[in-house]
Amino acid sequence: MIRDAAIYGADAVMFDLEDSVSLKEKDTSRFLLFNAIKTLDFGDLETVVRINSLDMGGIDDINAMVRAGIKVIRLPKTETAQDVVEADEAITAAEKQCGRELGSTRMMAAIEGPTGVLNAPAIALASKRLIGIALGAEDYVTSMKTRRFPEKNGEELFFARSMILHAARSAGIAALDTVFSDINDMDTLRKEAELIKQLGFDGKSVINPRQIPVVNAVFTPTQKEIDNALAVKAAIAEAESKGSGVIALNGKMIDKPIVDRAERVLMLAKAAGLAVEE
Amino acid sequence: MGKVVIKHQATAGTAESSDIQIVIDGNDNGVDINLVSSVENQFGKQIRKVIRETLDHLGVENAKIVAVDKGALDCTIVARVTAAVMRSADQNKDYDWEALDTWNA
Repeated sequence: MIRDAAIYGADAVMFDLEDSVSLKEKDTSRFLLFNAIKTLDFGDLETVVRINSLDMGGIDDINAMVRAGIKVIRLPKTETAQDVVEADEAITAAEKQCGRELGSTRMMAAIEGPTGVLNAPAIALASKRLIGIALGAEDYVTSMKTRRFPEKNGEELFFARSMILHAARSAGIAALDTVFSDINDMDTLRKEAELIKQLGFDGKSVINPRQIPVVNAVFTPTQKEIDNALAVKAAIAEAESKGSGVIALNGKMIDKPIVDRAERVLMLAKAAGLAVEE
Repeated sequence: MGKVVIKHQATAGTAESSDIQIVIDGNDNGVDINLVSSVENQFGKQIRKVIRETLDHLGVENAKIVAVDKGALDCTIVARVTAAVMRSADQNKDYDWEALDTWNA
């Protein structure tokens, strides 16, 4: 699976050294990933590794992965901004030791409990390395004495998702949603992806290659959305050439938020590999 | 890397597809490799070469290796041999990643 990771159409691949690895195999998995990252070509795929907490082998994880050339380190169970600062310092030390450009290793923080959710705004601002914060829902709902109800619109996650989104947007970084664990239920996965897209998330973690096209389809703009975005851009260009102050399209005023949304639609379409002629 | 002495038998890897299981033990004189591979005819020579080079790199001069290969890539072979050697030498943390990084299969 490590060898084939680049072929499934994901934007990033995240290797796990944490909860999916038994305590007895932490060493072997670290050596395996170290050699794989050094050797295999993942193309344009962003490589991410979920490390163990710093007191449970995370320092060795960081030393190995930074040296191997991983692009992003995902910190698990982030509770406070200090957790991010300490990981940042360990990454900086590793970069210095192996001669890698300082700051070139990016970070993602997974928020998986109520303390982390309440501290999300500070966590999101804790390091310049951070490119995003993510919700880890299974631990979170367990801490909250509930479980996941994806078939009921996930109300149990509404506060956490909203906090993480606001923290990410305020800090100018990405917000990434949690995995959907039932790999045979594509209908509920699609509904959950639609919900988190509606809320404003940038993407969603998946745990099986079969889930990738479902989530990508939800996040890929429709032709109607693309046409509308192109029309907005054309109207802006025309107004600028005429020196017009107020711009309208089909009777609706176009202002900055509408232009920003149009640009985001076109960016998503290009990221999805669609041909967009501006 | 410095010389590594095998203190006791150790195992790393699985018998799953694309993996290789390495059992390492002490030896009196040199390196003996007993390889069982589903691709023995095509890649047996290369697998033995990677195992031997990895042991050389790690400073292991005497070892008995039993390897059960299920079509592992060279990078997997290096990783499994390295893990088995570290386990057999009771090196469980604070690895010398710089030394490990100086060499690729």
